[in-house]
Amino acid sequence: MAWFKRSTEDKQKPTAEDSSERTVRTEGLWIKCDGCREIIWKKDLEATFNVCSKCSYHFRIDARTRLAYLFDDGVYEEHDKELASSDPLKFVDSKPYAERLELMQAATGLRDALISGTGLLLGRKVHICAMEPKFIGGSMGAVVGEKITRAVERAIADQAPLIVVSASGGARMQEGAVSLMQMAKISAALMRLDEARVPYVSVLTDPTTGGVTASFAMLGDLNIAEPGALIGFAGPRVIEQTIRQKLPEGFQRSEFLLKHGMLDAVVQRGEMRAYLANMFELLVGPVEAAAA
Amino acid sequence: MHPQAHGQSQLEPTVEKTAWEKVQFARHPKRPYTLDYVERILTGFQEIHGDRQFADDPAIVCGMGRLGSQPVLICGQQKGRDTKSRLHRNFGMPKPEGYRKALRIMQLAAKFQLPIITLMDTAGAYHGMDAEERGQGEALARNLREMSRLPVPVICVCIGEGGSGGALALGVGNRVLMLENSVYSVISPESCAAIIWRDKNRAELAAAALKLTAKEMLALGLVDGIVPEPPGGAHEDFDLAATLLKTALQEQLASLSGLSSSELVQDRYDKFRRIGSFFTGDTFSPNK
Ligand SMILES: [Zn+2]
Repeated sequence: MAWFKRSTEDKQKPTAEDSSERTVRTEGLWIKCDGCREIIWKKDLEATFNVCSKCSYHFRIDARTRLAYLFDDGVYEEHDKELASSDPLKFVDSKPYAERLELMQAATGLRDALISGTGLLLGRKVHICAMEPKFIGGSMGAVVGEKITRAVERAIADQAPLIVVSASGGARMQEGAVSLMQMAKISAALMRLDEARVPYVSVLTDPTTGGVTASFAMLGDLNIAEPGALIGFAGPRVIEQTIRQKLPEGFQRSEFLLKHGMLDAVVQRGEMRAYLANMFELLVGPVEAAAA
Repeated sequence: MHPQAHGQSQLEPTVEKTAWEKVQFARHPKRPYTLDYVERILTGFQEIHGDRQFADDPAIVCGMGRLGSQPVLICGQQKGRDTKSRLHRNFGMPKPEGYRKALRIMQLAAKFQLPIITLMDTAGAYHGMDAEERGQGEALARNLREMSRLPVPVICVCIGEGGSGGALALGVGNRVLMLENSVYSVISPESCAAIIWRDKNRAELAAAALKLTAKEMLALGLVDGIVPEPPGGAHEDFDLAATLLKTALQEQLASLSGLSSSELVQDRYDKFRRIGSFFTGDTFSPNK
């Protein structure tokens, strides 16, 4: 509570007398934490990697923000940004998939649910793929499958570590079995990365479920997760329907998976860069040696 | 889980079945299951049990026997025929230990240079608390990666329901075939309909949209061939269905017999690497 008072004084919390226009404008500056219900000034939240400084709740972030957090100075070269779904099934549900794609592309500024980049992480060259949870639930179709596979191939070619940050509901229904087969395609590419002995770290974030959990997200040399992330093969609602009972609190959260031996570590977002850099150094040596 | 059988006998042989009719065939309660094929196409079959870590999952059957004169490993999901055996087999929905058993025995077969045959027939990997606790996702994922480096011929056949990741985790082969009336899909039509229309009863529409029939899967380049079934479907004549399957398996194995271990791994890699169509820069028109 003390923190809240101090920050309200510092940052001029809007008062009731403000005009409606000002209220509308400032609403976007204050965010209620889903973890502790505290009201947080958006700028404060951004300064702490979108993690609540009171309860450590990790807010969901988009793929661009994720890459900006991980790469040195937020700088990276983006790959395959032109790839877009061809709608292989000509799928029509409540609206045509092609239309849904256009809406998503307009809303996110991305052509599909993943950004692939190469840059430096504490001076070491790395490849990072980050999934975009807002693009059809971060679902994996042919484009996501191809972009990750190409990133794996790049990592093999230049022997630079690969990081894939998952945030996805799984395979994309609208691309049918084409989506399903991406699981096999990426996993086969990861077999080659494994044989090349290039490190691969899977970072699982909220939420990671379905075909993503059942393929590349669980195939890291290290599988690490952010605190509190929902991680599972089946979603909680599906399980509840199957077993006809409520799931216990904390089921399928990061800490639960750690306890059951499915994760190597749970790592705070703010510590992620240091953790990754340290592990790469331990696994393949210091930056200079790796570059030599 | 227990669909009504369709009156397929009323259909003209020339009339192409709808996707939904194919789903009913694939789930037909009298359709031959893995062990029905095993006893008809293999001699000297010996089942091998357990994942050596937790349990023996009856929803997946593994074992070795002879296909003609060729020793092979066969593994596949197994459904039950009556209430008791359905429960015992968990309705053909494997848990992590089932997939881990299959992988353990596939690696054993590879060690001794035995070709591997998998028969896919599941509504999906089991969605239960225990399966999640023991890492269902990890088990499926590991199979995908490890199957891709098996140094022996791997032939996968969808014999009934190819239910998403739970089927694919036995489905990374040099050749992937589908029985004429089987289906293979990323999601069940019912779940798909529930997501799209919030109505499971529109599964018929979803089945058509998902392009899950053997013919459609072949046209999409996602499988390599279709194994014909007896007139009226595999459940009408187990022996003939098994003979047709055996013939297809022997043809496929013969076609791979000239490949070395590394060529087999490369062949399998190339097959999956190619899957997925997408637009690149020029052909894409964003949000016009
Ligand atoms: Zn909080």
